[in-house]
Amino acid sequence: MVTLIILSALGILTLFAQVLRFKKALFPLILVGLATALYFTLPQYNNNPSTWFSSMLGFDNYSAAFSRSIIVIAFLWFMMARNYFLQETSGTDHFALIIFSMVGAISMVSYSNLTMLFLGIEILSLSVYVLAASDKGNILSNEAGFKYFLMGSFATGFLLFGIALIYGVSGSFDLHTIRTSVATHQQPTMVLMGILLLLVGLCFKASLAPFHFWAPDVYDGAPTPVTAYMATVVKTAAFGAFFRLFYTCFPDLIEQWSNVLWWIVALTLFIANITAVRQTSVKRMLAYSSIAHAGYLAIAIVSMNGDASARSILYYTLSYSISTIAAFTVLYIVSRNSGRDDFGAFEGLAKTNPFLSFVMVVAMLSLAGIPPTAGFFGKYYIFQNAITTHNTGLVIVAVLGALVGVFYYFRVIIAVYFKPEQSNIPVTVGSLHQVVLFITTLLTLLLGIFPDWVLQWI
Amino acid sequence: MEKTAILILIPFIAALTQLFVPRKYGKRFAVGASLLTFIVALVTFCGFPSSGDYQYVTNVTWIQSLGINFHVGMDGISMLLVLLTTFLVPLIVLSVVQSETRTPVFYSLILFMEFALIGVFTSLDGFLFYVFWELALIPIYFICLLWGGERRASVTLKFFIYTLAGSLFMLVGLVFLYLHTPGSHTFDIDALYKAGRALDLRSQVYLFIFFFLAFGIKMPVFPLHTWQPDTYTEAPTQGTMLLSGIMLKMGIYGVIRWILPVLPLGIAQCGSYVMWLAIIGVIYASIIAITRSDIKRLIAYSSIAHVGIIAAGIFFVSSENGLNINGVQGAMLQMLAHGVNVVGLFFIVDIIQRRTNTRKIASLGGLRLKAPFFATAFIILTLGAVALPLTDGFVGEFLLINSIYMFNPIMAVLGGLTIILGAVYMLRMYQRVVLGEPSVETENFFDLTLNEKAVLIPLLIMVILIGVCPNIFLKVSEPAVRKLLTGF
Repeated sequence: MVTLIILSALGILTLFAQVLRFKKALFPLILVGLATALYFTLPQYNNNPSTWFSSMLGFDNYSAAFSRSIIVIAFLWFMMARNYFLQETSGTDHFALIIFSMVGAISMVSYSNLTMLFLGIEILSLSVYVLAASDKGNILSNEAGFKYFLMGSFATGFLLFGIALIYGVSGSFDLHTIRTSVATHQQPTMVLMGILLLLVGLCFKASLAPFHFWAPDVYDGAPTPVTAYMATVVKTAAFGAFFRLFYTCFPDLIEQWSNVLWWIVALTLFIANITAVRQTSVKRMLAYSSIAHAGYLAIAIVSMNGDASARSILYYTLSYSISTIAAFTVLYIVSRNSGRDDFGAFEGLAKTNPFLSFVMVVAMLSLAGIPPTAGFFGKYYIFQNAITTHNTGLVIVAVLGALVGVFYYFRVIIAVYFKPEQSNIPVTVGSLHQVVLFITTLLTLLLGIFPDWVLQWI
Repeated sequence: MEKTAILILIPFIAALTQLFVPRKYGKRFAVGASLLTFIVALVTFCGFPSSGDYQYVTNVTWIQSLGINFHVGMDGISMLLVLLTTFLVPLIVLSVVQSETRTPVFYSLILFMEFALIGVFTSLDGFLFYVFWELALIPIYFICLLWGGERRASVTLKFFIYTLAGSLFMLVGLVFLYLHTPGSHTFDIDALYKAGRALDLRSQVYLFIFFFLAFGIKMPVFPLHTWQPDTYTEAPTQGTMLLSGIMLKMGIYGVIRWILPVLPLGIAQCGSYVMWLAIIGVIYASIIAITRSDIKRLIAYSSIAHVGIIAAGIFFVSSENGLNINGVQGAMLQMLAHGVNVVGLFFIVDIIQRRTNTRKIASLGGLRLKAPFFATAFIILTLGAVALPLTDGFVGEFLLINSIYMFNPIMAVLGGLTIILGAVYMLRMYQRVVLGEPSVETENFFDLTLNEKAVLIPLLIMVILIGVCPNIFLKVSEPAVRKLLTGF
């Protein structure tokens, strides 16, 4: 709870930076604020969750772990995005929006009441709608914001419908009450309709096929740092919320809804991986790859295996986000330098900047799931849980998807090590970006070798 | 610290240090580091106790919540392969011709590869084995991608995805075994063995297919071999040597360590199909080898043929007592022999290519007159490859064919063709390249330099040593093979 209060206060403070003229101190202030918020996520709750606001919010190990992960990712993201926002936008209001969206993200992983889930999603989404359109001069950015807003509202509609039906059945928004009443309810159709609508709403937010159509355009159109934020923090929060809902409310009806989700996952893995192969822009490729990763993550929800599944989602989102931040940072630097974001822009990078190319190689290996990077263990753990719960068929689909994944991730690696057509301009990396890249690469390798560090959070 | 862990650590630390060594001393450092590893391995080999148990074991908890340990150790089987790896790597490093493009990263990748390979051969934990298995793929991919030939990008990507496909299926298989271990599950090798043996026929057949995909692609066995000729041809010489000399043994080792003791029913059911595939591969590859005009490609295909015999020999389960000690022992010896021969032959190809800028058989000839020492080295390696008695290829091939004969005489006859066909393509190549009159390309061919002699002489000694006294090696692996096949 303290984390949430600190973040809200930090957001409000950030808004005043322009007026009260401490804009210079703003960035360090945000980092300190995030570190403090991080500190307050450290206590372990074990089996005594602390509830707030008449059980609207419940903090337990699960929410603490996801909050920690969200703040760590956001911390890295701020270091990545600082230059863009301070140089090309007014900075303060955008930073404030990000911090508010983090408040939404943390509510999304800590709710114990469906209204709070809805509020969390809205707080998060509204900020990100604005941010997606923040490059006002760019028509693609405007399109991204508008599309995201329309699709997001549409999804919210589904979600609300679902919540209403579930409320109609159980007479409560409280997760635990819902669990007991839906399990014994006499009107399964209404319950199942409710679950289905919730599922559709959340699949929209998590960009799972066939509800993913907005994602490539939005990711592609939004400014690169905002895309990085959507692909990491927003995705982590979405899956944190998704899993929490189905794990707490509907585990007894898993036979009914897991069939639907099974096909959604298979479809996502198929469509996203195949489409990613055809992309010429690295940014768009990363957008499709992020949809594919949503597919792998959703396997963990289909194969509900108690806390082990929660751990696998936590680990996967964290490792995926860290590598994605690294990849987007390199993409940002490279595309600023050359003005392009296709694979050709990366050619000859190994010659002009070996450090950047090494970072990119590690990030791509991690996203492709090759040991010893964190991405490998993330996939492994999800696969293991799926096999435990007899979803081996889905694992085979995912394995084939991962192989296709290697194909498009390695296109970047091959481009990096190939001679450019014309001699490139040397690429310079700011010191803040160097720190981000160093930390993300180190974390990718360390978490891959010592996954227990994260697994013991839950 | 136990010797196994030391053997794994030396190349790893060396690979990291290598990055900071000045370019001038890069090769010397890499040779030194890999020689040091070899000396440690040799000392271990000389003092290796004649027991089938794992020696020099290190067992440290790694990922506690999943029952994964850093558990390494060696029995006789591992010992021989570690010896082969550590023996070949210094020679491979030594064979590098210093030039601008051979940066410290190149040597570092070779040492990293050695680290991963030793890890594969000594892992006693299923998860650890998989991680090392995949780790070995990364350096070789980059060696081929960064220093390979014209078509390297597409060829190496095919190689990577092909082998990764097999590995991922193996991972699924390993997890399946892991979930059948009692209690809160463990990846410990003995527990996995027990779990595997207790499975019913259906599960064993599935697991057999999953594991075989990984190992069969790595070896490679027909029809999973299509990545191999291209990759061998496009890779730089050192990459080809690593791939054919050592990495290919990962596949055979995998079969010996992870299929034979784990899936007896699976082998009884599917083993004969694999043997037929392997035999078809032997003949197919031999015939293609005869028609090749590029010597590097010819040796690549000959490698498929040799591996085919090994694969056929180990998959056989005797109907009388269930023991196939001869076959597995033959495979062990043949792995050593093939490693030595093929590395030597690819080095010979490299020498020819560097001096004449061609690998076409038709444009070569008369090297004997120009370079007598070279011709002698070449003939010894060739004879080793065609399995002449008293050279290294003979004993292993004999044991393997003997074991195939016990399964099916016709198959043994077909498999025996490998020796005859091998003699056809190897000797024909030798004749055309070395004998006859010098051509325009070979006009200025000069004999071996000191550096090249330093690479070839140890290999030649090994060719003779394995051929004359195979028992030095066989007696080390025998107790381990016996224990592996009889169970515990």
